[in-house]
Amino acid sequence: MSIKIWSPKISQKIMNAVFIISGIITILLLVLIIGYILIKGLPAVSLEFIFSDPIDSGKYGGIFPMIVSTLYVTAIAGVVATPLGIGAAVYMTEYASENKLVKIIRFGSETLASIPSIVFGLFGLTFFVLFLGLGWSVLSGGLVLAMMALPTIFQVSEVTITSIPSSYREGSYGLGATKWQTIYRVVLPAAIPGIVTGVILGMTRAISEAAAVMFAVGASLSVPISIFDPGRPLPLHLYILATEGISLENAYGTAAVLVIIVLAITIISNWAVDKYQNKIMGR
Amino acid sequence: MNRIEVKDLNVYFGDAHILKDINTEIAKNTVTALIGPSGCGKSTFIRTLNRMNDLIPNFRHEGDVYLDGKDIYNPKMDVVDLRKKIGMVFQKPNPFPKSIFENVAYGLRIHGVSDNDKLNQRVEESLKSAALWDEVKDKLDNSAMGLSGGQQQRLCIARTIANNPEVILMDEPCSALDPISTTKIEDLIHKLKTEYTIIIVTHNMQQATRVSKYTSFFLNGEIIESNLTDKIFIDPKNKKTEDYITGRFG
Repeated sequence: MSIKIWSPKISQKIMNAVFIISGIITILLLVLIIGYILIKGLPAVSLEFIFSDPIDSGKYGGIFPMIVSTLYVTAIAGVVATPLGIGAAVYMTEYASENKLVKIIRFGSETLASIPSIVFGLFGLTFFVLFLGLGWSVLSGGLVLAMMALPTIFQVSEVTITSIPSSYREGSYGLGATKWQTIYRVVLPAAIPGIVTGVILGMTRAISEAAAVMFAVGASLSVPISIFDPGRPLPLHLYILATEGISLENAYGTAAVLVIIVLAITIISNWAVDKYQNKIMGR
Repeated sequence: MNRIEVKDLNVYFGDAHILKDINTEIAKNTVTALIGPSGCGKSTFIRTLNRMNDLIPNFRHEGDVYLDGKDIYNPKMDVVDLRKKIGMVFQKPNPFPKSIFENVAYGLRIHGVSDNDKLNQRVEESLKSAALWDEVKDKLDNSAMGLSGGQQQRLCIARTIANNPEVILMDEPCSALDPISTTKIEDLIHKLKTEYTIIIVTHNMQQATRVSKYTSFFLNGEIIESNLTDKIFIDPKNKKTEDYITGRFG
């Protein structure tokens, strides 16, 4: 027997309010954080700030090398983690039947996703920097970020590929396509919107990391040219500026640039995904 | 002349015995309808003919299926080539989320045709054969997902025709379509039967009488009766067939 406290009409109204308020709070928080960073940071941002080298450890001058470092490590992470994540997802969905190995891979990926980023950083130091001898470099930093982005890319891709209707696969096999042709020409193109979303989620996580890269990428103030050069991505620079009391003003400026880069990536990729989705689905 | 011959075919999914001692022949360039209640094995049967059941993990078969005298379950048989020769149209229209053009060109591309003139020509021919060309010729680059259900199903037929098959299997191709689209598909079947051997699974007995020359009645995994469609519907030899077509069960 259930106890009725409110009539269905009233409980419906209450729940409507709860959902609307939750939505508004979520959006407010987002606007608040981004707004705060932009208001505090934008006064420090100028073309000169973006395109010049730091002076006196970043107390004066700009953040050009940090922007290059950020793009560098993120690109390396993307190049390494994207094919691995998609490949693993394809294996799980199209090749492996639901066996022990699949469960272990899925468990491994979930565990990987929950490891604190500072632990990734420590692993990066011992494995990439010292053991593999890659030194403090954007390569080491990028590889650490690849490991961090991998579970996200893998999980989102797996869910997306699983949701592709099996009727597409049947249609393809029915025309005499091989498994690879079916995956490459039908399944993956249909899954692209979801996969791109996963890649962007993973990349935006990677681009915002200070702790994961701090032991692997070095802290160089000059522009990294080769992948073996050390660098200093924006979040790390921000962290150093703030914790060492170098310049809070420039720390906010750096944060504003970072937020703008992340926003730009998210907005542009969402727009492109929508456009592609509408095209293939004929909307 | 017979295009397909089936001898002592038994099909199992795990422990379930789905098809029992099927013996039948499918004549060249005719339409054969498979009728019977749901779950009687009709779909499993046509999926055995192009080895689509191979995709189901616990599928097992005994007996032989011959296409033009060649055993299609022979280990040397190239499944890719077989499915090119035996095309399939599914119950629910399943165009790929690609442009109309790319849907029809798909089979050609996967079999190595990359010449644009040839692709254009084959796509146009196939769409014309499927009676869809006039409706889509100005929007070939649009997504196939934007077409109506009936158009999508004719696109799937065009996609199959583009492979230049010998046999077209149709698994209840009209069950998801409205009556007007159904009529169009049936007209199309009449047009296609001069060039292709068509096997159609249908739940609609009027449809069987309208489109087919031969009919096989399936029940519980067995073929109860096969005959000329006219004979089977006017003068069924078996009591079970008569009960089914007169609507006493199923």
